[in-house]
Amino acid sequence: MANFYKDNTDLKFQFSHPLMGKIVELKEQGFKDFGKFDYAPQNIEDAIDSYDKVMEIMGDICGNVIAPNAEQVDHDGPVCKDGRITYAAGTQQNHEVLTQAGVYGLNLPREYGGLNFSMVPYVMAAELVSRADAGFANIWGLQDCAETIYEFASKEIKDEFLPRINKGDTCSMDLTEPDAGSDLQSVMLKATWDEEKQTWYLNGVKRFITNGDAQIKLVLARSEEGTTDGRGLSYFVYDKAWGGVTVRRIENKLGIKGSPTAELVFKNAPAKLVGERKLGLIKYVMSLMNGARLGVGAQSVGLSEAAYREALKYANERVQYKKAIINFPAVTELLAVMKAKLQASRAILYETTRFVDIYKAYNAISEERKLTPEERQEFKKYSKYADMFTPVLKMMSSEYANQNAYDAIQVHGGSGFMKEYPVERMYRDARILTIYEGTSQLQTVAAIRYVTNGSYLAKIREYEQMEFKPEFAALKAKLVAMTDQFEQACALVAGKGDEYVDFHARRLVEMAAHIIMSYLLIIDSQTCTSFVNSAKIYTNKSEAWNNERFSYIQQFNPEDLEPFNAVKSEELPEVE
Amino acid sequence: MKEFIMNKKLKIVVLAKQVPDTRHVGKDAMTPEGTVNRAALPAIFNPEDMNALEQALRIKDKTQAEVILLTMGPGRAADIIREGLFRGADGGVLLTDRKFAGADTLATSYALSQAVKKINPDIILAGRQAIDGDTAQVGPQVAEKLNIPQVTYAEEILDIQEDKLTIKRRLERGIEVVSSPMPLLITVHATAAPCRPRHAKQVMKYKSARTASENAIPEASYFLPLEGNEHLKIAEWGVQEIGGDENGFGMAGSPTKVKKVENIVFQAKEAKKLTASDSDIDSLIVELISNHTIG
Repeated sequence: MANFYKDNTDLKFQFSHPLMGKIVELKEQGFKDFGKFDYAPQNIEDAIDSYDKVMEIMGDICGNVIAPNAEQVDHDGPVCKDGRITYAAGTQQNHEVLTQAGVYGLNLPREYGGLNFSMVPYVMAAELVSRADAGFANIWGLQDCAETIYEFASKEIKDEFLPRINKGDTCSMDLTEPDAGSDLQSVMLKATWDEEKQTWYLNGVKRFITNGDAQIKLVLARSEEGTTDGRGLSYFVYDKAWGGVTVRRIENKLGIKGSPTAELVFKNAPAKLVGERKLGLIKYVMSLMNGARLGVGAQSVGLSEAAYREALKYANERVQYKKAIINFPAVTELLAVMKAKLQASRAILYETTRFVDIYKAYNAISEERKLTPEERQEFKKYSKYADMFTPVLKMMSSEYANQNAYDAIQVHGGSGFMKEYPVERMYRDARILTIYEGTSQLQTVAAIRYVTNGSYLAKIREYEQMEFKPEFAALKAKLVAMTDQFEQACALVAGKGDEYVDFHARRLVEMAAHIIMSYLLIIDSQTCTSFVNSAKIYTNKSEAWNNERFSYIQQFNPEDLEPFNAVKSEELPEVE
Repeated sequence: MKEFIMNKKLKIVVLAKQVPDTRHVGKDAMTPEGTVNRAALPAIFNPEDMNALEQALRIKDKTQAEVILLTMGPGRAADIIREGLFRGADGGVLLTDRKFAGADTLATSYALSQAVKKINPDIILAGRQAIDGDTAQVGPQVAEKLNIPQVTYAEEILDIQEDKLTIKRRLERGIEVVSSPMPLLITVHATAAPCRPRHAKQVMKYKSARTASENAIPEASYFLPLEGNEHLKIAEWGVQEIGGDENGFGMAGSPTKVKKVENIVFQAKEAKKLTASDSDIDSLIVELISNHTIG
């Protein structure tokens, strides 16, 4: 019997992190649920043991149900008929078994049927599901919507919708429209208040909606007539049972084919307002988006893990010239670098998750009482860390998932190109990861301000202050030099105008990311030998990658932008 | 199964056995002496007993029945009870006593039937057979000793009424639908629905469930005391608790004597060569059907 949690000790390791105690204490708020719910923990050890045991259930379902279904689900896909979507049979089974296991609503409070877990096990569950089937990870991950309802909706809406999550109702996040993709300020779907019926009604079209036929929907709509920007948008919750929304079609996609992507028509669909009017985009969606980006990080790490394992297995089995191909240096390097990228991605995934955990917990406490000045300071510190790390995590882990899927096929040679092996599916599934919930280019836009205002540098210098075992002295010296180089690169770009900064933004963000992820691997190596090889490989690779970026920035002059800009006026000759 | 509200709360006993995992046999599964190397094989919940548990839980879903696991074995067989609790059962009894040791199917069914009498259930569910002995005798023998009806090879419980159950049986050459009054014993076939997974909340609720013997061993900081937490107590019953004829238990009550264990090595001396012609393949298919290898 496979178990995707038990066969990967790097996961349980996360529960031993020094911040875990603090995270559990903040989440359980004095273990107030103990005695009130028969499954609530009484202390930190109890809570972490429950995390471990529930992850074991997730690992079992992922290994024995979801992964074996993945190939058929990819082949069958969902079907759209008479305005409704039917999942592939395997998808239905996955969802049913997870519902039976009572694991939906993992981080919802117990009063709403949830398990009140912190974000670390929640993200781990997403990683496990994605390793089994990255497409199904979307349906699983959309329970994020419950988090938004919990944080921003009225008590009445919470009571109405939240208990349904644990019972298996699925969600969708309806943001994108034909003319509003990355630019959500352009959303046009109309919300009108009917004074007589005392209800909001939605009219319009949404496109590219993942799990579009879900029972519970969060919909971004224009509630303020005559407005054209983000300040005219509000957030609504819609129940499928209320009617008025039909599925016009589902997309035929390159990957994640089991996850239905729908075009929806809203015709006088009743809805309820979430939170306050006009805060839809500027507050609620932004919060949801950060959660979703963390989710894509988990999805990316899960897929990287799956791709690495397939490649490793094949390289050990495949014999050429009378030896297993893993023994050829070119293949050895491919695999070792895949593993380093995987472990580096996982390191930043959980580092970010811990930051999110802490600031969210303070946020929840602040709903009930005023935070002390020290708590307020902690809250600010960790929410800033979360904002800084989320775009880097999303960009780096999704890019690495793609690279790992690519290399997994390469290790398989011609066989990897065939449908008989799962790596071609992983390669297709990976492709969306650098695109949805904000492209890598948009993550760079979100991250660059922390380059220019010195936040990444300050955080890196903080890591630098940590004590490491003597055998890591050489690696650390390297990272210190790389940090000086990064600082110098920032100085080279500064003061040369926004266009110049934007042009080099990706390079600068990646330089910071490489240093941060190297440090995280070294930190984990202090307590667990599993990370030592990857720490060495990743730091050395990072040094070379950063040298390349630095050299490009160093020799670059403002006038070098001109040949790039020429592409904007390019006109291709038309042939009669 | 049709929706049906019972006037009284049904009580269901699931007979379950902890067995060595003979389906995932490694190199060291057998000792050089030709006996099973139990240390090398993980102990698991007998697979068909798991199918039986699912049928019990489905009845519980519909009728609020109480599901109690009953297992006989050494102290570590308490794991079987916990596994059942994690998946939705309400309680369990571990039959454990030195006097039960060395029992064959006759003595085992005697001990189980004595314990069942004490619990007094409406329905007894068991797997068709265990993967270590493959006898398929224990279930039917328990029913005989209790003098109640038995339905073997069950695949699905189709309907449940105040006074009778309707059951689909999976037989070699088809299916049969039968009904029986309660109390009755049902043995469940592997083709029945697989058991539901562990339930997160049940796992957290029952993770410190334990027997009195286990309670004597040092425990984790978060284990709740058994005192005052009735739901966490796994009952341990011995000869004294279940009563009956002392000579019916264990070695004394077991007429089966193993005379000799022989290793059978499959050899390819009965190999047959076939050409790729249609007629050769046709005759092979006919042969395999007639000797029941397939079909």
